[in-house]
Order: sequence, then C-alpha cells, then structure tokens
Amino acid sequence: MITLHDVAKTYGDVHALGPVDLEIPTGGLTALVGPNGAGKSTMLTIVGRLLSADSGRVTVGGLDVVTSRPRDLAQRLAILRQENHFVARLTVRQLVALGRFPHSQGRITRADEAAIDTALEFLDLVDLQRRFLDELSGGQRQRAYVAMVLAQDTEYVLLDEPLNNLDMQHAVSMMARLRRAADELGKTVVVVVHDINFAAAYADRIIAMTEGQIRYVGTPAEVITTETLTDLFATPVTVVDGPGHPLAVYYRP
Amino acid sequence: MAAPVTGPPPSPTPLAAGSRWRAVTGSYAFRLSAVSAVAVAAAIGILVYGNPAEPGTRGFWIIVESRFASVGTILVVAFCHGIATVIFHTVTNNRILTPSILGFDALYRVIQTALVFFFGAGTLAATDGLGKVALQSLIMIAFASLLYGWLFTGTRASLHLLLLVGVVLGMGFGSLSTFMQRLLTPSEFDILTARLFGNISASDSSYLPWGALVCVAVGAVVWRRRYVLDVVALGRETATSLGVRHQREVMLTLVLVAVLVSVSTSLVGPMTFFGFVVAMLTYQVVGTSAHSRTLPMVVAVAAATLLLAYFVLRHVFYAAGLISVIIEFCGGLIFLVYLLRKGLR
Repeated sequence: MITLHDVAKTYGDVHALGPVDLEIPTGGLTALVGPNGAGKSTMLTIVGRLLSADSGRVTVGGLDVVTSRPRDLAQRLAILRQENHFVARLTVRQLVALGRFPHSQGRITRADEAAIDTALEFLDLVDLQRRFLDELSGGQRQRAYVAMVLAQDTEYVLLDEPLNNLDMQHAVSMMARLRRAADELGKTVVVVVHDINFAAAYADRIIAMTEGQIRYVGTPAEVITTETLTDLFATPVTVVDGPGHPLAVYYRP
Repeated sequence: MAAPVTGPPPSPTPLAAGSRWRAVTGSYAFRLSAVSAVAVAAAIGILVYGNPAEPGTRGFWIIVESRFASVGTILVVAFCHGIATVIFHTVTNNRILTPSILGFDALYRVIQTALVFFFGAGTLAATDGLGKVALQSLIMIAFASLLYGWLFTGTRASLHLLLLVGVVLGMGFGSLSTFMQRLLTPSEFDILTARLFGNISASDSSYLPWGALVCVAVGAVVWRRRYVLDVVALGRETATSLGVRHQREVMLTLVLVAVLVSVSTSLVGPMTFFGFVVAMLTYQVVGTSAHSRTLPMVVAVAAATLLLAYFVLRHVFYAAGLISVIIEFCGGLIFLVYLLRKGLR
C-alpha cells in the first residue's frame, strides 16, 4: 500500500501540490489523470523519492521514502520518468541488466540473468537486446526503459507518462503490457496518463487531480462520467458507451 | 536520448570468410592487448633506444634506470588524466567537459602560488616534503569539492553555462596566480616555478613513488565502484530509483578527480586537453560505456599515447620538452573540431 499523509510541495510561490492525503491499495493498475499542472507528476515523483516534499510523510509498502535505506527502497519501489537523457552508450541488455543493481550491486548472478531475460521477453525486446539504445526508435527505447524497471522486480512500479511519444500501436501495446504486469506479475502499477480513454480502458482505479488537489478517486465507471470530466478538465466532455469501457469524447464541443 | 554516436556500429553478421578474424579483432580483450602492446613497445623504446653504452654493460643499465623515472612519470600522468576524465564524464553526464577544461589545474596553480605568497618559501621549504605535498593536496581537494560540488549538484545547469563558468574560473585563477607571482621575491618565485612548471623529462622524481601509491589507492576505489558508476551514468533520477545515493557518489567522484589532477599537475604541470583526447579515443575503441571496460582501456590508451609521443619527440625529433605543447596543440584542435561537428550535448 502507498500512503500519503499531509504531503505538500510548492515551487517558489507556485502551489504545486496539496496538502493531500491518499491511500493507493496494493495490486492493480492506478491511473493519475488531470489537466496540465494539476500536480500528477509532482505527486508521483515525491512518492518515487525523486523530489522531496515540503511537508508530510509518504510510505510505500510500509517503508518511509525519505528515511529508509535507498537500497531497501530500490528493492520495493521503481520509478521511471518520461525523460531519460544520458550520454552513456549501452546496449538494451546492458540497460536492463542495470535494473538488477539493487539486488546484485552489479555482479550479475544466474538469477539476475533469468530476471533480465524475463523482462526482455515481457517487453518483446529479445531480438533487440544487442542493439545500442541510440540505434533504436523512440518507442523501442521507451520499451527498453520499462524493461529495466521490470527487471528491478519491485512490488511497486511508478511510471510518469509512459505513453509519451508513442504512436497508437505502441501506446496500446505498452498499456496492455502494464496491465499484464499488474495481473500476471502481481505488481502495483501507478501511471500518469494524459489520454483519459487509456485510463478508462485499462485502469482499475483512477485518481483525478486539479490544481494540486485530489478531486475524485474511484473505478473508471465512477470517474469517467460527463459531469466529472467536464468539471475536471474545464471543457465540455461527453461520455458515451464504448466497446468494453466508457469513452470520453471532447474533440468538438 | 541524446547520446552521440561514438563507437563503431555493430558489425553486420560477418560472412564466413574472415569472420573469425573480425571476431578476434572486434573483441575487447584483443583491443586492450593491442593498445597495451603499443604502450609496452614505446616504453621499451624509451628505455633502450639510442643508448650510447654497450647493451648489457653497467653503463647501459644506469642509463636505462635513469630513464625509468620518465616512464614512471608518464604512466602516473596517463593514469591520472585517463581515469579522472572518464569518471568526471560519468558523474557530470557529458563527454566534452573535462576537469582540466573546467579549471581544476588552474585551481592547483593558484593554491600553490597562494601558499608561497602567504606563508613564504622558507616555511614551505622547512616543512617536510611529503607532509607539504599532502597538505597542498588536501587544500586542493577541499576547494575543488566545494566549488565543483556546488556547480554539479545544484539545480541542473546547462553544459553551455558550465563550460562558460569553467573557462571564466580558469582565467580568473590564472590571473590571480599571475598577480601573486608578481609580488613574490625572485627567490620565492624561483621555488614556485620549479613546482609549477614540471615537465616529463625534468619532473621531481622524489614524489613519483607517492604519486604512484595514490594512483593505486584511487584506482582500487574507482574499480570497486565501477558498477555504481555505471548506474550514476544514467542520471540522478534513474540512479536514485536504483537505490544509489547520487549526490554522495558525485561528491566522492569529484574528490577522487581532484586527487588525481593534483598528483598529475604536481608531477608535470597542467595538460588541458590530454584527458579529453584519450577519453574520446577510449569511447571509440570500446564502444559501450560500461566502466569495467572503459577504465582499463583509458589507462592503456593514455599510456600508449603519451609514451609514443614522448618516444617520437625525444628520439626522433630530439624535442622532449615540447611534449605538452604538442599534445595541447593537437588536443585543442581535436576538441575544437569535435565541438564544431557535434555541438554541445
């Protein structure tokens, strides 16, 4: 379980987040949605201990993200940001192998090799594993990063806009894989998504935010309604019955 | 991802003929041995080539022994610049700026000058040689970690800004040194110059064993942390997610860099572009960024480059004193070409 208690963050005099209280139960796929600047990524990076909150306390699986040993935390919680710029030149397999660092401290064991192979297979990267990252397309590279996070084999996986820069085909297969990671590998997956319909189609739980506050928490059926979305995004949204999940239509008011 | 393409593209599936040969030449072990062989050959060349005495006689060995100091100095300097540049590149997440370009050795010069300026050459000469060097190095390390730690761990600055800051700091330190040197008495200035303008043929070889010892110690620490450095190279956020205390690792690495630069600068004086050139060559030869591969290779490449240059200049052109000048000239040109072609990334 991920709990946030009284967590707040300001950048200069811009009020970015909170104070918020939140509990995300173990298991399943949780989507953070909301307009730009709502504080979704801020909240996710605070939970992922990449950003320190001004006040409040965050625990993930019982571990306080500020005071726990980094290595213990890294065996329970992984976070992937949307931008990963580094100049190091690595093959896909080398990158995914670095995901094992919290467990092996770099000395790859047979168990690590197995976890790396599983992660590569899970993201369909087996054929690309010897390629260098700078030779891949944006979508392939994104998959390689997600494979690294899965190789880390943590109970909790946080992803900040994993669909960014992915085309239709790759976005769908990425969400389907995250769904499988939650269902088959039993992970607690939390993602920030911009496309509300992806949240409607794949999430177990939707947390909707505006202006640094949590406004709605519930299942897609509860949150994806005409009134809620129109209020949330401050733009006229009509929710229609889609195939298998509600569908938000907002392209022409 | 803005990784510059620095290695050879992965070879397409080789044809049957010549495939074994390519597999051998493409292997890391082969490349490392080849570069090391060049270094060893150049070292042997420096030791025995043009020896006026009959081989095997006592005079012959005396001359060889006296040349050992030069080879030792070159090895220490090559080790310092090579390792310092590679780990600096890792923690600053770039492949252009090196400690020297950012003014680490200008900082060394200003500290040396300030010590003579404020305490006088007499006090410095009176204190024990090794203790003095250790103290100077400690001051250097403290300053460098403070200054560059502040630069690299604060809010993420752009490379352009860092380059600018480095150049300005280097110039500032240089002018400060020059200013203090003008106020020194001629005898103090003389003592200072002897410390500042070392070169490979005339380095103070009494510090060489200590320099080598420091290199071995730093080398052991860096080698033990090679996997941590691989993770640090992924940037602050990914490294944190993988359970590495990023800021602590960056500070530790900057301290090690300061140690290496002060050892090298105290032996042979500043060499601004040497580290850049050998690191570039290493990335080309190795292909990947895994530190278990780049660290041994950069030492081999740096040693081969410097030994070969020294051999050619000393025994072919009889201009051993010019080695830093030549390396700076060529290195500077390569740096400029690289900047203009690839831009700051």
